[in-house]
Amino acid sequence: MLISNTQEIPGKSVVEFFGVVSGSTVRAKHIGRDIAAGLKNVVGGELRGYTELLAEARQEAIRRMSQQAEQMGANAIVNVRFATSSVAQGAAELFAYGTAVRVE
Amino acid sequence: MFEFGVYLITPALLMGAWITGTLLERRHFDELLRLERGAQDILAVTIEDVPPAWSVEACDLVIGNVVISQDYFKRVAASLKGVVGGRIGVYEPLLERARREAIVRMKEEARERGHDTVINVRLETSSLARARSDAKGTAGVEVLAFGTALTLRTGDRPRVGPGGGFAV
Repeated sequence: MLISNTQEIPGKSVVEFFGVVSGSTVRAKHIGRDIAAGLKNVVGGELRGYTELLAEARQEAIRRMSQQAEQMGANAIVNVRFATSSVAQGAAELFAYGTAVRVE
Repeated sequence: MFEFGVYLITPALLMGAWITGTLLERRHFDELLRLERGAQDILAVTIEDVPPAWSVEACDLVIGNVVISQDYFKRVAASLKGVVGGRIGVYEPLLERARREAIVRMKEEARERGHDTVINVRLETSSLARARSDAKGTAGVEVLAFGTALTLRTGDRPRVGPGGGFAV
């Protein structure tokens, strides 16, 4: 699956559009990571646990989006966008969406 | 007695947080300069289309992210400043650090996958809600940098131009 956030896949041309595909996942912060992050919050700096958590969650969202595109018969997703929203305290939704296409 | 203890702890915590936070911030800026020099050969641009002169061999989505938080002293200082309003200077370096770090990570991911250029770079910022009942503070701010990484045909790779930028 070719994934790109540009209008089309560079070096290829779109021959078929399948429509919007999306994938999302809601993650809550791990208790161990939360304690570590709480301590780090005092001195400031990178909260590595959260960085990794969100990166993993985003990969999961991309994976689900790709699966959906695959089922449609697409071989690429263009114009991918991300959105993050806090749905509840301590939980975040990571959402990825794009347009499933077939390129040649 | 307990109240008295609290009055002592808070200034100590503020002082400690301020000193450590400022040191960490300075170290991070130094490290960023080093990282950015290391990632200089990967060109990252916000233009959406591939210049017609380039021929692309492969492309892929690359992402760099970082969650960063402010130290306790600066958070308190900012909330005090927030009462009167105006520019909250202590948050500016925080966001700058996060953005630069996210861009460097995105470039490094592109390099790991064998790409040399990133086009259509986008930056997004979101604050994470804190898992506490008051929910006033944030657990940090996430900066996300993403773009489309390209592998250009050898010879098409952007070279350093006469002005020090990249020549197409």
